[in-house]
Amino acid sequence: MPIQYYIYFCLALFSLGIIGVLTRRNAIIVFMCIELMLNAVNLLLVAFSKMHHAAALQAAPQTTAGIEGQLFVFFIMVVAAAEVSVGLAIIVMMYRNTHSIDINFLNRLKN
Amino acid sequence: MNLLDSLFYFLSALAIFSAIMVLVSKNPVHSVLWLITVFFAISGHYVLLNAQFLAIVNLIVYAGAIMVLFLFVIMLMNLNAEAEPRKNLWLKLFGILSGGSFLMVLVSLVRQTAELTGKTAQLKDGNIGLIKNLGKALFSDFVVPFEISSVLFLSAMVGAVVIGKKD
Repeated sequence: MPIQYYIYFCLALFSLGIIGVLTRRNAIIVFMCIELMLNAVNLLLVAFSKMHHAAALQAAPQTTAGIEGQLFVFFIMVVAAAEVSVGLAIIVMMYRNTHSIDINFLNRLKN
Repeated sequence: MNLLDSLFYFLSALAIFSAIMVLVSKNPVHSVLWLITVFFAISGHYVLLNAQFLAIVNLIVYAGAIMVLFLFVIMLMNLNAEAEPRKNLWLKLFGILSGGSFLMVLVSLVRQTAELTGKTAQLKDGNIGLIKNLGKALFSDFVVPFEISSVLFLSAMVGAVVIGKKD
């Protein structure tokens, strides 16, 4: 499969995430769109890892070139899990204080 | 068109359609369910690329743990009937315009990049995605980041408890 197809597909997913962050006002949906962007990047990292592996296999048959990309994806998932737990706690705290999860309420933080 | 190509197109179309449904759903619970569909499609892509460990981890961590956390939070807040309060049409228009321009600029950039022509991502072959090779690399070359991530998890757990508790 040509690598351009993966790039186009991941760009489309990433742009959908950006559109969601810019247009929706619900804090939870904004957060879910951030997860969507993270997953698009993850898929592109795996595709690039397989691309480099295919190129390196022709030089050396037993190589593990490209395995770093998949490990980066693993660490991105670790960081995303930690981020989601803290972010949802922040959203719950915000809902407890304002009884709304509209992100426009967050500009009251500056006063 | 062989089976792998048609699977690729099917999974891509499923993921993009579900991502659009995440954006346009009024009910946040429906958004979460569509996002789970996106994660299943992306796991299918991982299987197609023979990254089996990442496919399983994606299902367990994302579609399992994180989305259940989202569902719990939505149901704790009782947001089911509540629509978004204000509809600003200009904001939506400009959001879609800026996202579309971002997509257009990057697609045209990729289309004229000469380095990418002829490169292919290897489907269904290659064994770097198997758990044996990933585990060897994870516990030899990447053991320090692995341990640091456990400290990160501990601090995230403490942070979530401290932020979320009633004071």
